[in-house]
Amino acid sequence: MRNKSRTAQTLIYIGLVLWALINLFPVYWMFTFSLKDNAEIFGDNVVGLPRHWLWSNYISAMKTGKMGVYFLNSAIVATATILITLAVALMATFALTRLIWKRQKTLNKFFMLGLTIPIHASIVPVYVTLSRMHMLNTYWALIIPYSAFSLSMAILVCTGFMNEIPRELDESACIDGCSTWGIFFRIIVPLMKPAVATVGIYTFLQCWNELMFANVFISKSALRTLPVGVQALSGQYTTDWGPIGAALVVATFPTLFVYIFLSKKIQESFIAGAVKG
Amino acid sequence: MKKLYSNKWQILIFLLPALILFCGVLIAPIGASAYYSFFDWNGFGEKTFIEFSNYRELFTSNAIGFMKALRNSLLLAALSVGLQLPLALALALALGKGIKGERGFLSIYFMPVLISTVVIGQLWLKIYNPDYGILNVFLRKVGLESWTRIWLGTKKTALGSVFVPTLWQYVGYHMLLLYAGVKSVPPELREAAMLDGATDGQVNRYIVLPYIKPIIKISVIFAVTGSLKSFDLIYVLTNGGPLHSTEVPSTLMINMLFLRNRYGMGSTIAVMLIVLCFGFALLINAIFREED
Repeated sequence: MRNKSRTAQTLIYIGLVLWALINLFPVYWMFTFSLKDNAEIFGDNVVGLPRHWLWSNYISAMKTGKMGVYFLNSAIVATATILITLAVALMATFALTRLIWKRQKTLNKFFMLGLTIPIHASIVPVYVTLSRMHMLNTYWALIIPYSAFSLSMAILVCTGFMNEIPRELDESACIDGCSTWGIFFRIIVPLMKPAVATVGIYTFLQCWNELMFANVFISKSALRTLPVGVQALSGQYTTDWGPIGAALVVATFPTLFVYIFLSKKIQESFIAGAVKG
Repeated sequence: MKKLYSNKWQILIFLLPALILFCGVLIAPIGASAYYSFFDWNGFGEKTFIEFSNYRELFTSNAIGFMKALRNSLLLAALSVGLQLPLALALALALGKGIKGERGFLSIYFMPVLISTVVIGQLWLKIYNPDYGILNVFLRKVGLESWTRIWLGTKKTALGSVFVPTLWQYVGYHMLLLYAGVKSVPPELREAAMLDGATDGQVNRYIVLPYIKPIIKISVIFAVTGSLKSFDLIYVLTNGGPLHSTEVPSTLMINMLFLRNRYGMGSTIAVMLIVLCFGFALLINAIFREED
């Protein structure tokens, strides 16, 4: 009996390790071929570590491939989206959980609809509206839709955290003569740091990787974000894989970097978004 | 305090930005999409009202190929529920029981979810490359030359080749949800069953699975609606080709809009996608309720 379960245990372990390798391999391969030349990638050294570390691939990806520009665009769009989402969601959540009025629950449910609405639903009307307002090919063309689609998740997370802040704090601030805005900015917002982190990370990942809107609303190459930029660059370097690999690493590196330090927080944010939705 | 918090104007000011953003970008466009779907419209000129012609054409015209695209995405949904979820569940059960290196495994399995789909797609383009891709190189090395294919360029293999990375990438996502469920099972339940002499398999079957049923339901809903909406990987790998063999509703929609300037038809596909997603979500909900 014990022997049998020991064998089962070992088999499970082998399975787990195998699946781990399958998941790690593409990333490992990406890092290694980003430092190789074609002779190594196509010939004698397909999966090994690079023999000559070819950092020049990164230089061509950044300069000729314009990855630096795309990276900056993605960073600008992501930062602005996170800030807007947080500000709007914190204000709305404050009204939904703290302020006193009828139908708070109904409105909360209404916002939660956003968790299930696919982005396809709005692509045509938003495109038409942006085009009429001459806002295609601006950062706003991405920042506004991204913020809107992040809002439901942000309100969901913020509601959970804000409900845990004791109402006595509001009371005593009120007695001390604080206005509603004073309570919001001085008491509530500073206590919402964990929610801010969760929402920030989740929103970052959503807009850093988004392709459909980025592809449709931006056609000027100077304003492209990373996913669209990587696509363009791979069309440009069809036969030279090294710079493509370098571009892929540049696009992925920030995500993996954040993940290494905040894996638990990131996983929690994904669970929070799913279980309620 | 009550007086301070009941000020109607203040409440409105706190809510207004969220309402404008949410209604402007999510709610109103659903209505607008539905409205456009009744018109023949190229995006800038006059709209012509054509009633349900777009819908009729969508379901009957072979030239558009919506039925085929829908079939492809339903096949993906079936594979997702039939292969991806069981694998995710097995991983979640194995990890959730408590095993050495649990956190490490979890973090590795979840990693592909975070990497941009474009990056994943580009990597798989390289894996599938007929001349230098590691798949064919590997097959040649082990003497299976005859198994090599132009994976993404042949009608026969393209759909399967597109599905593999799509299914692979999100195993970690479903695993994470299910793992969170497995972890929420009260340890007393597990211990009591173990004391009664239940094996691991029996504990999973009779204690854990019934307990995490609500999460399994969520996973199934996400797997199905996610398959219906799938776009990124297919766009990067084949963009619906060769000869429309890997077309899904989303790639079709983008083609209608931006290659053929058929905004009415594009909107019709968008409406169908929303209806299908909500329909399937309700259906899956009902199936799970029936079982109780």
